[in-house]
Formats: sequence, C-alpha cells, structure tokens
Amino acid sequence: MDLINIRKANKKYNTGVTAIYDLDLKIKKGEFVFVIGATGCGKSTLIKMLYREEKPTSGQIIVGGIDVAKLKNNKVFKLRRQIGVVFQNYRLLEKSTVYENVAFALEIFGTPKDEIHQKVIKVLELVGLKNRIKSYPNQLSGGEQQRVAIARAIVNGPKLLICDEPTGNLDEDTSSEIMEVLEEINKLGTTIIMVTHDRKIVERMNKRVILLDAGRLLKDYEKGTYKNESI
Amino acid sequence: MKVFRILGRNIRDSFKSVLRNFSLSMASISSITITLLVVSISIVLSYNVNNFAVLVEKDVTIVAFIENSVTDEDIANIEEQINRLQNVETYEFQGKEDITKDMMESSDVFQNIMGGWSLDENPIQDTFLVKVTDIEQIGDTATKIKEIENVSVVKYGEGMVEQLIKIFQVVERISFIMVISLILVTAFLISNTIKITIFSRKTEIGIMRLVGASNINIKIPFILEGLFLGILGSIVPVVITTYGYMSLFKNFNGQLFSPFIKLINPAPFIYYISGILVLIGVTVGMFGSWRAVRKHLKI
Repeated sequence: MDLINIRKANKKYNTGVTAIYDLDLKIKKGEFVFVIGATGCGKSTLIKMLYREEKPTSGQIIVGGIDVAKLKNNKVFKLRRQIGVVFQNYRLLEKSTVYENVAFALEIFGTPKDEIHQKVIKVLELVGLKNRIKSYPNQLSGGEQQRVAIARAIVNGPKLLICDEPTGNLDEDTSSEIMEVLEEINKLGTTIIMVTHDRKIVERMNKRVILLDAGRLLKDYEKGTYKNESI
Repeated sequence: MKVFRILGRNIRDSFKSVLRNFSLSMASISSITITLLVVSISIVLSYNVNNFAVLVEKDVTIVAFIENSVTDEDIANIEEQINRLQNVETYEFQGKEDITKDMMESSDVFQNIMGGWSLDENPIQDTFLVKVTDIEQIGDTATKIKEIENVSVVKYGEGMVEQLIKIFQVVERISFIMVISLILVTAFLISNTIKITIFSRKTEIGIMRLVGASNINIKIPFILEGLFLGILGSIVPVVITTYGYMSLFKNFNGQLFSPFIKLINPAPFIYYISGILVLIGVTVGMFGSWRAVRKHLKI
C-alpha cells in the first residue's frame, strides 16, 4: 500500500526558479528510500513538500491519505503528526536535557506524565542514549545529538520519518551508527525517506534510491540495484 | 484532563518565558505599572470630580424673589407657572416671615436688626426655591421664571455654575486622552516584548510546528505571557491605589481642602478601581501579545 503518492508535481518558487518538474513517485509503507542528487537538484524541495513546508505549484502529493496541496495552513498539524523530521543541524533545545528534548514532542499534546516517561525511555533506549537522559545537548557529541533528534522525531510513533542529510555533519563511523539506528527504526515499520550526499552510505545500505537531476526524476533504483554512477 | 494538561504546560511555559526574558519583561511590567498608575489617578480624579459635580448640581438652586405687592392668588399663579416648566425638578415656597425667622435664629446681629421690624417694614421678599433637572439649562429656566409676572429678581449663581461645568468637562477630557494614549504606548511596548520572545523561541516554535502542534497550541503561551505581564504590572498600581486612597480619605476626613469638596467613600470605590486596573492590564497585555503573534508568528 502506498504511503506517498506524487503525481505530476511541480514546484516553482516566486523567484522564478523551478525546483521540481512533473514528478511522479510512489513510496510504499515500510520502505527505506534514499533521495540523492547534486546540490540544487530539488531534493530538499521534494521532502519539504512532503511535510508541507512548501506547497506544490501544481500536481498532487498524497501523504498518508492527506492531499498536501489542498491542505489549509491551519490543518498542517494533522499531517505533521504523522511525520517525524530529522535535520543535519539537529535543532535541539539547548537549555533542555536529552529527556526534556524528547518529552517536549509529547508534552505539547497533553500526554500524561507516566506515558511520556515510558515512551521517552523506550525511544532513548532504541537510539542508545538511555544513560544520557540528564545531559544537555552541548555535553553530547554530534552523533549523540543526532540520536536525540531522531528519538524526538519518532517518539510520537509517526508513519513516516524524513531525514534531511542526518549524517551531513558526522564522521564516517558516527554516520554508520546513525544509519544502524535508522535501519532499526525502519524494521519496526516506520517508512524512511533520507536525503543524502553520502554515496558510500547509499551503496552500503542497499535500499531503494531516487536520483534527482535538475528537478526531474532521473532514475529510480529498486532495492539493491543502485550503482554509484557519476552523473 | 488533556486540555488541562496542555493549559498547565502553557501557563508554566509563559511564566518561564517571563523569567527567561527578565529585563524585557520588567520593562513591559514597569510600563504597564506606570500607565496603570496614571490611569488610576485619572479615574480617581475624574470620579471624584464627577461626584463633586453631582453634589454641586444638587445644591444649585434658582431663587425667585416675588414682589411684595402680590396677593395669595398671585403667588398661586406663579407656583402654577413654575410647576409647568419642563426643567424644574422640585420647588419650595418660602414666605418672608419664615425667612426672617430663620435669619434671626441664625445670628444675633440679624436678631437685633430684624427684631424691630413690623410686618409692613420688613423688606424681605417671598421666594420660590427651584431645583432643576438639567444643570446645563439652568440659565434658560432662570430666564423663563424671570418672565413670570410679579417675579422681580432671579438668582442662581450665574457664571460660577457654568464655569464649574466647563472645568469638569475639560478635566474629564484631558484624563480620557491621557489614559487612551498611555494604553496605546503600553500595548505597543508589550507587543515588542512578545515579538522578542517569539524570536528568542524560534527554534522551539519550529520544533513545535514540526511535531504537529496546532496553531492555537503554539500561540496560546504567547498570549498567556501578555496576560501575565498585564497582571504583574497591575499589582503595584492596585496596592498604591488602595492604600493611597484609603490614607488620603482618612487623613483629610473625607473632604479635600474644604467641606464643599467631598471625597467618595473608599469602599466599594477602590475595589471597583482595582478591578478596572487589573482588567485594563490584562486586556492591554493580551492585546499587545495578540498583535505581536499575528504579525510575527506566521504559521
């Protein structure tokens, strides 16, 4: 069953730049998909449209049954509750501990304290940070901070996890650790879309790969078929 | 329960934010405090002036002197005509014998002079004391009474009454304009404080959006922050107004400078004023933050 269904999507910015041309794409529930391509090829625009940070100029984008293009601003939160997003720069609350950073995503919905505690501990265990709950972000390494960000993104149990270059600031070993965490999350049933520049990771992971070039879908490699070709 | 938990969290966050941006919050709170102090002084002043005006209005009486040559029938005729006038609230007839008696009782000097007068020698005239409904039309009413046959002279403190009315109106207008301008300045200052709070919490707001917090969920803490700034800013003015007015009333025995200017009783007056001050503080605080949220928190 498709979690994401994109048909004839176009995105033209007010500046006149067209970032996405006639994109058709389907992603099934539980898939792990890499989106790759050169800088400015439209990767970020594509995922921004998935969590409705940007609206397509034309075409249809359906995520988890919600038509993103028709979604009104005051209803965007309904879509976001189904999606977790992780960025390259972590975006953690500096004055809050690891526990508080993750709990924050539950507190704003009025989740009871006991339930928050249970879920936060469980998710921190999953990302391997159970012993750092009282640490502040500036006391953590880059990889650890990214794990906190991942924990926060999945604590609400989203159907889809969008990762925008989550390993962009990390060294090779730490990146591999983050990928292990993501693979683990994917195995638990969460669909993952990850934008990356790191071709080594893409090769090693053996997942489906979407290659974008100048806003167009250049190639869609099925799982295990990706080869690092220069474009 | 869920709603209460969310509200509880929002209240906690708003308080945290007030403390976190302490210097800015203090600037807003001080601004509200100063505004509300001026508002309080203006309200106390204008209510007391109003009260004073009402007392003066109650006291202002038209005195119509009747010629000495009139018969009882003429007096009845005058009474009927006064009764017919629209602006007349009450009237009272005072015969010259009664006036003479009252004056003699009030002073020994009068007693000595008037005591020797026979009925025919008594120069004092019969009078009608007339109170009016609308003080602003007292001049017209006095003129109409004067036109009645056998009424010789009409007095009502011409000039003084009109002047007092004008002064009251000017005082009221000035305080009103001052209050409105100060409220606007304060709302602007609060709006600025909240704007800076919004900017300082940009990451937090971004995360809230990402994890699916609704617009109301994101906006409420800022509106509450404005509300708290309003409440905190009204504490000092309420305390100063309450104790200040009570001690003023006590020290001056309920009157200002002369028994003619009476102060309004502190209870329940100061409670009303305190309520008004808190209400203005809260409204201005919430309005200021709502303005900032609408302008700077594009969701």
